[in-house]
Parts: sequence; structure tokens; C-alpha cells
Amino acid sequence: MSLLNVENLKTYYFTKRGPVKAVDDVSFQVEEGQAMGLAGESGCGKTTVALSIIKVLPSRGKIVGGKVSLKNLDITTIPEKQMKNVRWKRISLVFQGAMNALDPLYSLGDQIVEAILTHESKINKKEAMNRAEKLLQLVGIERNRLKSYPHELSGGMRQRGLIAMALACNPELLIADEPGTALDVIVQAQVLNIMEDLRRKLNLAVILITHDLSIIADTCDKVAIMYAGKVVEHASVSDLFEEPLHPYTQGLIQAFPNIKSRRTRMRSIPGSPPDLLDPPMGCRFHPRCPYAKSLCMEKEPSAQMAKREHSVACHLYHDT
Amino acid sequence: MSEDNVVKVINLRKWFPIRRGFFQALLSRKELFVRAVDGISFDVRRREVFCLAGESGSGKTTTGRLVIRVIDPTSGQIFFKGKNITSLTRKDIKPLRKKMQMVFQDPYESLNPRRTVRDIIAEGLRIQNIVNGEKEVEENVTKILEDVKLVPPTEFLLRYPHELSGGQRQRVAVARTFILNPEFVVADEPISMLDVSIRAEILNLFLDLVEKLDVSILYITHDLATARHMCHRIAVMYLGKIMEIGTSEQIVYEHLHPYTKALISAVPVPDPKSRRTKLIVKGEIPSPINPPSGCRFHTRCPVAGESCHQKEPELVKIDNEHYVACHKAI
Repeated sequence: MSLLNVENLKTYYFTKRGPVKAVDDVSFQVEEGQAMGLAGESGCGKTTVALSIIKVLPSRGKIVGGKVSLKNLDITTIPEKQMKNVRWKRISLVFQGAMNALDPLYSLGDQIVEAILTHESKINKKEAMNRAEKLLQLVGIERNRLKSYPHELSGGMRQRGLIAMALACNPELLIADEPGTALDVIVQAQVLNIMEDLRRKLNLAVILITHDLSIIADTCDKVAIMYAGKVVEHASVSDLFEEPLHPYTQGLIQAFPNIKSRRTRMRSIPGSPPDLLDPPMGCRFHPRCPYAKSLCMEKEPSAQMAKREHSVACHLYHDT
Repeated sequence: MSEDNVVKVINLRKWFPIRRGFFQALLSRKELFVRAVDGISFDVRRREVFCLAGESGSGKTTTGRLVIRVIDPTSGQIFFKGKNITSLTRKDIKPLRKKMQMVFQDPYESLNPRRTVRDIIAEGLRIQNIVNGEKEVEENVTKILEDVKLVPPTEFLLRYPHELSGGQRQRVAVARTFILNPEFVVADEPISMLDVSIRAEILNLFLDLVEKLDVSILYITHDLATARHMCHRIAVMYLGKIMEIGTSEQIVYEHLHPYTKALISAVPVPDPKSRRTKLIVKGEIPSPINPPSGCRFHTRCPVAGESCHQKEPELVKIDNEHYVACHKAI
């Protein structure tokens, strides 16, 4: 059984101008100890997927359909009280923007201890402090930094501190939302290496949310590509990069410069992502798609297996 | 270095003084400085895209602003087409402004939200008194909008920035820069705020304009992968110093400086078959207030030796176009 199973998840934001279908019928699985990349441009719904999984959506956001299950537990229907035993203890989230996710008024150690004490009642403060110390060691921060306040830490250290905090209650699944963005390349590589090491050491499953496909190529086993609230392609990383099927994936891969390849002109995808208040009819990518045919404008393609373990939602690959 | 250069910079320095409280000033006489740019020399040639690459805090943005004289250097010289512009007064600089322009990083902040696209683009024309009458303004603006592919121009002339997407905004920023027919443009991370699928579009727009309008570009970025595809030559900066200069091929394949090597090995590659080789440098960039003695990189360098602690390495020519500042590389 998969560790996490997301089936036909629909999360809408109800705004004054109407419902924004931020996540619309998204399905994927994450296995134990596996790293899955969730990629797409800003506004494609990738962060909303993460927020839906741990149910911390802003008040306008609602899960209107589908199911998220963690092993046998259906997270979407359990009451908030029970959800407290899932958050941090089984699934935890490293938020985007290391610079702002820590409270500037508390030391790093206090913040980690607070997380431990809130979620585990059997533990006393001293034990929690010891654990916080070990956690910091795990991410390569010296123990004397426990007393440091966020402004005394560099960007890379804050990001690592956040990862340490997310691991405070031994979760099975870690969701990292853009962990490398806003960091310098070298520091970003350091953070990614640490996540990779931890995953191996702790047999942790990871969902890595990013707009940067090269980070996914570097660190993940599987990948789901999102566009305008939908997963358009879901495959193993090696399959996806070797033979991207969806025209959007193809475009996205070409839009990424590869430092090791010959110097070429980069290519972009014409147009820009649609407004999710009023997404295009049929396939949401058709206005930007070079292969769009009349069917694409009328009927929405469903995700189907194109090859073993490689699904794609595109009319080019199935005869319907 | 070649004579066919548009901009040449010799031994440029910018030290920002640190403001201190009264008592602190009493306690110690020593003035403190942030050594943002600390003695760098390079040239940008005609029709060249020259890249300054480095981590945040390496001084690349300060360099860009110094070169177009938005801020004044502490010492050193700046030449524009052979003319020394280091100590020109504000008044004397004004005619130069139309020849040297800048595109900023964030199109969400660099455009005035209360002005229409037409007014934003025409502002430079008006300040420089290049055009006679509104009709000519309109003609010029329409033409440049076509050049940056905001078509049909009539659709865009009267829009406000909030009605545009990020990519469109950056096109407006590019249009307002290029409408003055500059010979030299500083582009400071022009794509870092944009979505992935439209980044290439803006970069290609730059490359087209370089061809078409005969300009040189100083491209500032932390992203070596795009630098490689955009630029002819790359200078790698670290803590206010240039560590290595070379053609983009030399920097990517024949780099000699351990810092360049570290930077390149840290760049993720969009190909699962070539996963990142294990990282070689630890730690983060030190403070530019009190940079390490000797070679500034020695605190993080995996091959640093005794000489690196004491003596600052000079930028030495290795090969045609290829210069490196490292005791161990030579």
C-alpha cells in the first residue's frame, strides 16, 4: 500500500469573484521512503495541494471533493482533533520562504521545543531540549545555535532549522515547499544534500514542491507535473526526462537551460498560464499548445496510462 | 584586453561606510566599511553580453550600478567608449544616460503603478528631449512595443502595470530601456522574478535586441546555467573580487578556480542521468565588512594552502581570454 494516496482531490478557493479551482481532480501516490517532486509554475496549485494534505487551508479554501489517505487513514474526513495526531507526527511541512517562517521573537531552540511539546504530551521540557539539540546536529547546525534568534542565522541555517523542526516528531512524510528558492546556489545545494541524507537515514518520504525541474531531476524518484490545477503528467523521473509526453512538460524541460549542454537558444512556451477563475474549456493547456486539435478545445483529457507507471492527460496519446 | 570595448573598468572600488552610534564612534576611532566592490577590472565589448555571476553579497549589483554611475565609486576608473566618466558631475552625466541604461530585477516594483505603459516608456524620451511633440512620442512608443513583441501596441498603450502579466511587465521595462537607443545596458537579474515558462522569452528578447540595435549588455545573475546560454564571457565574483574571467565555455568546462568549480557543481542539472556530484564547499559567504586575509575564498576553499592565507592572488592570464586569481590554479 502507498504511504500517501491522493485521489481526485479538488480544492477550491471561494472568492467574491467566484470559485477559483486551484486544485482540480489531482491524483498521485507517494511510497514509503520515496521522494516525489511536484512541479509547475506559480499559480498552478502545487502549494494548495500541500496545504490540502495537512488541512491547513486558508478560510476561503475548501476541499470540495476527493480523498487523501495516509495508509488506511482517510485524512479528508477525520475531525480536527484527530488531525492533530497526523500533523507533525506523521506528516510535516517545511514552509516556503525560510526568511519569514520562523518567529523572530523566539530562539531557534525554543521554537523547536514548542513544536515537540505541543504534539507530544509525554515528554518534558528537558527531554525536548535534548531532542532539539540532536535535530540540529542532524541538519549540521552547531548546538550552541539553539539559543540563537532567527536574525542571527544566515538564510541557509534558517532553512536547515526549519527542516530540523519539521522532523521534530519523527514524521513519515515531509512536504517541502520550495526549500531551495531564495537561497544561493551553493547553499541550496547544501540544503538539498541534507534532505537527501535525511531521507536515506530516516527512511522518510518526501514531497518536494518546486518550480525548478532541475532540482527534481537531481533529487527525486518520481514526479508529477501540474498545470492550472491539474496533474498533466506523472511518471518516474528518468522516464519523464527521457521521454516527456505532455506538450507542457516538453516545453518546460526545453525552457530550462542545462549548464552542461551545448550553448543554444532557449525556448519558451508562448502565452501565460490561465486565470483559474475562468479556465479554458477542454484541455487547460490548449491555448498554449502547439499540437492542439479541435478535440482539445472541447473535451477535457483524463489521465491515462501511456506506458507502465507513466500517466499523461493529453488527447494526443489516447484515441477517444 | 581588446580595444573594441564599450565599457572598461579599472581597479574599481566601492566601500560603503557603516553608520555607527555616537558612543561606538567614541570608543573606537577605526571607521568600518562594507567592501562591496574591492578592486575589480574588466571590459565589455561591442555587441557583447558580458556576465557578472556570483552569490548574493558578492558585489555584482553594486558593480552594475557603479558602471552606469548611479552611485559613485570610492576609487578606480570607469571608461565609456574611451572617455573617462569616473568623475563626471550629475549635469554632465545626463546626456550619457540615454546611452547607458538599466533593466531592474523586479518588474512588479520597477514600474510606476499609477502611470500607463505609454507614459512609462515615454518618460525617458521626454526627459532627454529627444522628440518633438506627442505624435512623435506615440510613434516611437508604438515602434518599441512592436520590437518587444507587445502586439498590437494599441492594446497596451493605455494599460496600467497591474493589468499586465509578469512577462509583459518585464517587456515594458525592456522597452523603456531600449527606446533611447542605448549602447550599453545593465540587466540586473532580469528574469529571476518571472515564471519558468516565460524566462526564455525575455532572454531571447535581449539577444534579439543586441543583434538588432547594436548594444552591449552587462548581465548580472546568480544563475550560471542561463548565463552560459546568454553570455559570451563570464566573470565570477566573490566578496567584491573577480575570481575568474573567461568565455562561457572556459568557465563551464575549463574553470580553474575552486570557487568557480564549486558554483558549477552546485547548479542542478535538468537531467536525472547526471546527478550533482557531491558538493565540495562548506559554509556561506563571509561578511564583506571584514573579509578574510589573503585569498578571500581560503576559509571555504578545499585546496587552500599556506600562501592563500597570507597573500592575495592577482588575476593572471592563463589563456586567450581566460584569467584566474588563485595561487593553486597556476
